Amino acid sequence: MPLNTKPNIKDPDGYYAELIAAHQGLSDDDSMALNARLVLLLMNHIGDREVLSEALAAAKK
Amino acid sequence: MLQDRYTLAFKLYPYERSRDQDAAAPVRHPVVVMGGGPIGVATALDLGLQGIPVVVLDDHEGIGMGSRAICFAKRCLEIADRYGCGEPMLDKGVVWNVGKVFHDDRQVYEFNLLPEAGHKYPAFINLQQPYFEKFIVDRVREAQANGAPIELRGKNRVDSVEVKDDHVVLHITTPEGPYTLEADWLIGCDGASSPLRGMMGLDFDGRVFEDNFLIADIKMKADFPTERWFWFEPYFKSGASTLLHKQPDGVWRIDFQIGWNIDRKKELQEENIRARLDAMLGPDVEYEMVWNSIYTFQCRRMKKFRHGRVLFAGDAAHQVSPFGARGANSGMQDVDNLGWKLGMVIRGEAPDHLLDSYHEERAYGADENILNSTRATDFITPKSKMSHIFRNAVLDLAEAHEFARPLVNSGRLSVPCTYDGLSLNGADMLTGGPARTRVGSPCPDAPLGDGFLLGRLGGSFQILTIDADAPEVVEDEGITATRVALSASDDATGALAARYLGDAKGAVYLIRPDQHVAARWDSADAETIRAAMRKACGKD
Repeated sequence: MPLNTKPNIKDPDGYYAELIAAHQGLSDDDSMALNARLVLLLMNHIGDREVLSEALAAAKK
Repeated sequence: MLQDRYTLAFKLYPYERSRDQDAAAPVRHPVVVMGGGPIGVATALDLGLQGIPVVVLDDHEGIGMGSRAICFAKRCLEIADRYGCGEPMLDKGVVWNVGKVFHDDRQVYEFNLLPEAGHKYPAFINLQQPYFEKFIVDRVREAQANGAPIELRGKNRVDSVEVKDDHVVLHITTPEGPYTLEADWLIGCDGASSPLRGMMGLDFDGRVFEDNFLIADIKMKADFPTERWFWFEPYFKSGASTLLHKQPDGVWRIDFQIGWNIDRKKELQEENIRARLDAMLGPDVEYEMVWNSIYTFQCRRMKKFRHGRVLFAGDAAHQVSPFGARGANSGMQDVDNLGWKLGMVIRGEAPDHLLDSYHEERAYGADENILNSTRATDFITPKSKMSHIFRNAVLDLAEAHEFARPLVNSGRLSVPCTYDGLSLNGADMLTGGPARTRVGSPCPDAPLGDGFLLGRLGGSFQILTIDADAPEVVEDEGITATRVALSASDDATGALAARYLGDAKGAVYLIRPDQHVAARWDSADAETIRAAMRKACGKD
C-alpha cells in the first residue's frame, strides 16, 4: 500500500488544534521529545515498512 | 463635553433637539438601541419594519471613517435583502471567488469559493464598511418616510443606566444638556468596547492575541486580479504575514502583521508605511494612501447576551479576530435572530423567555465563530517555536501533498451556523431530506422563475410546501403561519429539489421569521404544525 497523501482525517482544523495544544506550555526540548515519542508511536501503528520509508523520503525532501 | 472620538465618513444623523428633552417626566419608549453602527441601525430597521417604535442613540452624528469590515458574506447580504437594502450593497461591492496562499515566494495553495448557482447573492462581496452602514441608514430613511417608527438621535451619549426589573432608565448627554429616557427594552449595540457593558459591570472574557496588524488602504493602478492573496512570511519582508484584497473605488486593502512590541506612532508615519508597501509592490507601482490603522484583537464573548431587559448584539456581545470575516457578518445574524423574537414578546404573542433563546442560539454561533477565528489566528501567528515549526511544515508539504492543504488556515470564511439540537427546534421528520436544510439551518436560496426563494420567505412564520399538501393558514395565540406552496417543477434548474427534497418526493417545512428551518416533515396537519410553532416561540 503506497503512502496516502490525500486528506484522510475528518475535521482537519480540529486535529491540528489538538496537536498544537499538546505542545502548549512545553519547553523546546520537551516539545521535541514529545514529537519523537509521537513519531515512534505512529510508526508502530502504521507497521508497514514500505509506507514508512516512503513517508521518511517525503519528509526529507 | 461631547467630543468626537473619530472623523466621520458620512454625517447621517445630525443632532436635533427631541421633544423628549423638554418633557416634564422621562418619556418611556418600547425599545432603545445604544449605538448607531451597522448592528444598531439594522436592529432598529428590523423592529421599525414590524411597526415597533425604536430610538437609536449614538454619541456621534454618523458613520466613522475607514474601511474596517470589508468582507460581507452571503447570509449577511440575504438578511440585508430581507430588510430591503441588500441590492445596493451587491451593486457597489466587489465580488471575488479565488483565494491564493503563498509562503515566502511560493504559491502553496489556491482555493475557489466555487459559487453554487441559483443564489441571489454571491458567497462574498468586498465593500467598505461605511458604504454598508450607509445603505442600511438609507433604507431606514425610506422606511421612516413610509411610517416606520424609527428615530436616530445623533450626539446622544448614554452616560449611565439604571436597570430595573421591567425597564431601564437612561441618563443621556447632548450638546444642549442632559435628559433622561426610559426604555422597556435596551439593546446594546455599542461595539467591542461597549460602554453599556462597562456601566453594567459585565464580564467580557477571552483570549488576547499579542500581535499588531497594520491596515493600509491604497488606491493604485495595478494589474492584481480580484482575488484574495495571503502571504505567510512573505519574501518582501513587510510583515510576518500579509493580506491583499480588493475593495470598490479602486481601493486595495493590505494588512501587514507587524508584531507585538511596536512603536505605534512610528509605524503609522507615512514614510514607514510606504517602505512596507514599496517592498511589497515594487518600485514602479504608483499608489495613493487612503486610510491607515493599526489594530489588535481578541477572541471573547459575554457569558450571557441577555440580562433581563437588556440584550447585547454584535461586537458588544462577542469579538473575534478578523480572519474569516466573522465580525459584522455574525452581528447581522444576531439582529436577524433578535428582531422577530423581541417583536413577538413586545406584542404579547410569545412569552418573555423566548428571548433566552436569543442568547442560546447566538452564543452558540459566537462560540463557533470564536473557535474558527482562534484556530486561524493560531495558524497565522504561531505562539510558540513548535507551533511555528508545525505551521511551516504544513506550508512546506501543502504544495506537493494534498492532505496538508485543508490544514492551511488563513481564515475559515464566514458561513452561518445551524442551530443543531437547540431548544426551539421542532421535529426533523423528512425522510431522505438533505442535511443542509435540517432543522436549525438557515434556508439556502434557490431560483424561482425570475426571482429567488428567499424573496418569498421571512418576516413571519411560513409553511413551505414542495409537492405536498398542508393547511393554508395555521394560527396559534396571535401568531400566524401562512403557506408558500411550491412544486419542484417551479425551478427548472433542479436546485430547489436538491436543496429541500433530497430523496423525498414532497416536503413540508415550517420556516421561522428569520428564514431558519423550525421543523420539517413528509407531511403535516394543522396540529403538527401548531405544535412546532409553539416550540419555536418558546411556548412549550
